[in-house]
Amino acid sequence: MSSEKKRIAGRWAARIAAALAVVLFLGLGIWRGEPAIVLNKAINICMECIGLG
Amino acid sequence: MKLTNAVKRKLIQIAAFGFTNAHLGNFKSGSLYKGSWKQFCAPGLNCYSCPAASFACPIGALQAVGGSMEFQFSFYVVGFLLAVGILFGRVVCGFLCPFGLLQELLYKIPFPKRKLPKACRFIKYGILIIFVILLPIIATDYMGMGKPAFCQFICPAGTLEGGIPLLLTRPKLREVIGSLFSLKMCILLLTLLGCMSVCRFFCKAMCPLGAIYGLLNKISIYHLEVDAGKCIGCGKCAKACQMDVDPVKHPDSAECIRCGACRDACPTQAIRLGFKKKP
Repeated sequence: MSSEKKRIAGRWAARIAAALAVVLFLGLGIWRGEPAIVLNKAINICMECIGLG
Repeated sequence: MKLTNAVKRKLIQIAAFGFTNAHLGNFKSGSLYKGSWKQFCAPGLNCYSCPAASFACPIGALQAVGGSMEFQFSFYVVGFLLAVGILFGRVVCGFLCPFGLLQELLYKIPFPKRKLPKACRFIKYGILIIFVILLPIIATDYMGMGKPAFCQFICPAGTLEGGIPLLLTRPKLREVIGSLFSLKMCILLLTLLGCMSVCRFFCKAMCPLGAIYGLLNKISIYHLEVDAGKCIGCGKCAKACQMDVDPVKHPDSAECIRCGACRDACPTQAIRLGFKKKP
């Protein structure tokens, strides 16, 4: 396999691995209830963010 | 007005700014949007304490979950960032980030222009590792909760989009202004001055979100290609690049925001930006 083809194959392998990680991470994060933590933080004034915390 | 690629990009940036900050009426009341859309992250940097914000800030959300009592790592936010990064890389910076649009507008103000020393690019990785990842996990209080260190000590978007509008509309908040606010105002002013002098100063030197997406530029499906057969080595692409990237030498550079300025400058159409590989 030429170096260019190896590079492209490696890139696609990384993409597939990352895509699997996306599915796993999103599923796990939603299952753990992380969106609720994000929502709770986002709907209240973040005193640290505005320089008062 | 001719719809050049640059004009089209500006229109997309303005639309993205509006979509990310749809609740403009909240600036008058000093309230925040409290709907369920805020459990989703915006792809770009936009403080969720901005009264108009429709979504959560991904960097803020990362720290919120990492600094929570229950968890030290956010699968949800990292999964989201990976998804956006694999698909688009730093296209988000070039087209969808509200703070990116602001920086480009600031750069148009007549002010002495400078180039950022290359070494300064690495500061954003330090900010990402120390302030976004480590400090919310390590620096916890008696309840085991960590503070969002990047938001608290650095983020100029929070000060500009959240701090100033809320302090203007909520007199009670002004009673607790202290040295932290002074620090953040200094950082904001320095950042704004930096953006007037250096194109996309915050993106280049400070943005942890750009650091994350940049690392994924090498594998993102939306990518830049240079046709070596068409390239005549004139260097116009590198001269046109506002991120100081040479697309011919580094088409997958972590600094490239995929704005297309290089493609538009190329006299032989040797540069392609897109999802599909050249046949």
